[in-house]
Amino acid sequence: MTSLPANPAMRRLGLVIDLDICVGCHACAVNCKEWNAGGHMAPLTDFDAFGEKPSGVWFNRIHTFEAGEGADGRTVHFPKSCLHCAEPDCVTVCPTGASFKRSADGIVLVNEDMCIGCKLCSWACPYGAREFDEDVGVMKKCTLCVDRIYNETLPQHERVPACVSTCPAGARHFGDLGDPTSEVSQLVAERGGYDLMPELGYKPTNKYLPPRPRQNGACGTAVTATQVEAEADLSGHPFLRWVDRMLTR
Amino acid sequence: MHPAYSVIFFTTASGAGYALLALMSLMGALGMLPAERWFGLAGFLVGLIAVTAGLLSSTYHLGRPERAWRAFSQWRSSWLSREGVLALFTYVPAGITALGWVIFQEIWLVPALVLAAACMATTVTTSMIYASLKTVRRWSNCWTTPAYLAMGLASGAAWLFLLAGIFALNDTMARPIAMVALLAAGIVKYGYWRFIDTETGVATSGSATGLDRFGKVRLLTAPHTEENYLLKEMGYRIARRHAVRLRAIAFGLAILLPLVILPLVPAPGSVLGVMLAILAVMANAAGTLAERWLFFAEARHTVTLYYGAERA
Repeated sequence: MTSLPANPAMRRLGLVIDLDICVGCHACAVNCKEWNAGGHMAPLTDFDAFGEKPSGVWFNRIHTFEAGEGADGRTVHFPKSCLHCAEPDCVTVCPTGASFKRSADGIVLVNEDMCIGCKLCSWACPYGAREFDEDVGVMKKCTLCVDRIYNETLPQHERVPACVSTCPAGARHFGDLGDPTSEVSQLVAERGGYDLMPELGYKPTNKYLPPRPRQNGACGTAVTATQVEAEADLSGHPFLRWVDRMLTR
Repeated sequence: MHPAYSVIFFTTASGAGYALLALMSLMGALGMLPAERWFGLAGFLVGLIAVTAGLLSSTYHLGRPERAWRAFSQWRSSWLSREGVLALFTYVPAGITALGWVIFQEIWLVPALVLAAACMATTVTTSMIYASLKTVRRWSNCWTTPAYLAMGLASGAAWLFLLAGIFALNDTMARPIAMVALLAAGIVKYGYWRFIDTETGVATSGSATGLDRFGKVRLLTAPHTEENYLLKEMGYRIARRHAVRLRAIAFGLAILLPLVILPLVPAPGSVLGVMLAILAVMANAAGTLAERWLFFAEARHTVTLYYGAERA
């Protein structure tokens, strides 16, 4: 049923992504691909994977943006996957009932056996979270690793989405954003976590934590060439002075 | 947005077919058309073939067309499903009205009126598939549905004028109705183009990333070096000068040329008249295809904000 759940539970599972910490290493995207290529939405078909024009299905993509100018400018690595919105038009536009939002935890999923591959859901998603699998002929998307987070055969600490478990910087957090006392909700409250494109009204569950304000003197004063030269004072090092002389000959 | 040929053909053919069936049944019900067997047969054949060919063509862009029947189930929430249900339902009054018109040479009022309403409603649902997408500002606006209706009616009315000429029907009002429909389509389409030339989008790269707090946001590195599904499907862009030229071609062929030809057509039944009417119908069809191609090619999706677009 592609109508949204009438009485959704308070529980809204999702991700909190810390843009202050993300280093743009793409490990989350790679581990997502690795897990999901054998998971609930498998396969994640690739075409020409080792050729000149590779293409394929990924649930997680890491963009890098520049924001602002000059010394106030930032380079921000920006991972983007399904935001498991509270008002997901991708679900309601589905003509077959293949797209659905779970009432128990808010996860948005696709039932591959019912999908006709009309692609309308991908048009309805403002964030580009859904990717069509040309080979299977159906739409695919992030499952929030539904086959990990409830998987009792995994040790407790591994029952988080693959992207969260692999992040070497700790920039990704997983939890219940419907519970104001949860760790992720408190993190969002503390750091001013925000929604992407709130003006569209999709009410995404996933939140982004903004880069922290710069601290005085911590950065912003670039090390200049003259400073480097000044530091290279060789007067106290007879050996280095000799090397310097030899090299400048 | 990627202009898929199957969808372009579907929306133009079914738009024309439904409009022809609606105009025929409505004018028949109002006594403006005779319950003449061969004219009725030709009209229903053209209308139903256009509609059916369009509907079949629309399944070609599906990844799993064998499951298309599932699309009738979610009419509560989905405009695409509503379109499917209404399109299927329309065959019922169409069949009954055609039966009366062709076999009994009678126009049955209730089925004819239901048919006219169902045809227009189906075209509205087609347009709402696009108009309901908040992600594409150039679709989700008050011009989209009137444009689909008006362009469909212009094509359907041109077809009706041609058929009335072939069957030498006198005093049918087919010509003034076609002229008005063409004029209305021209006005609505002009309004649509004026609107999309001034719209500023629903979101910016700043709101899409939330990084506008630092200033202007620009893409430094894309997530992938080659095109992916998102860019192929939603990142389609057309050069502005091509768009301007294509608009002129679409407008000239779909609206202006038929508007010039129609008054020149002599009394119904003449060979010259039929030839001219065929020319008007062909020009309108070609122009409408160009117009529909542009409808997709000029549309911009918010996902492009993550790939370097500043507004969408």
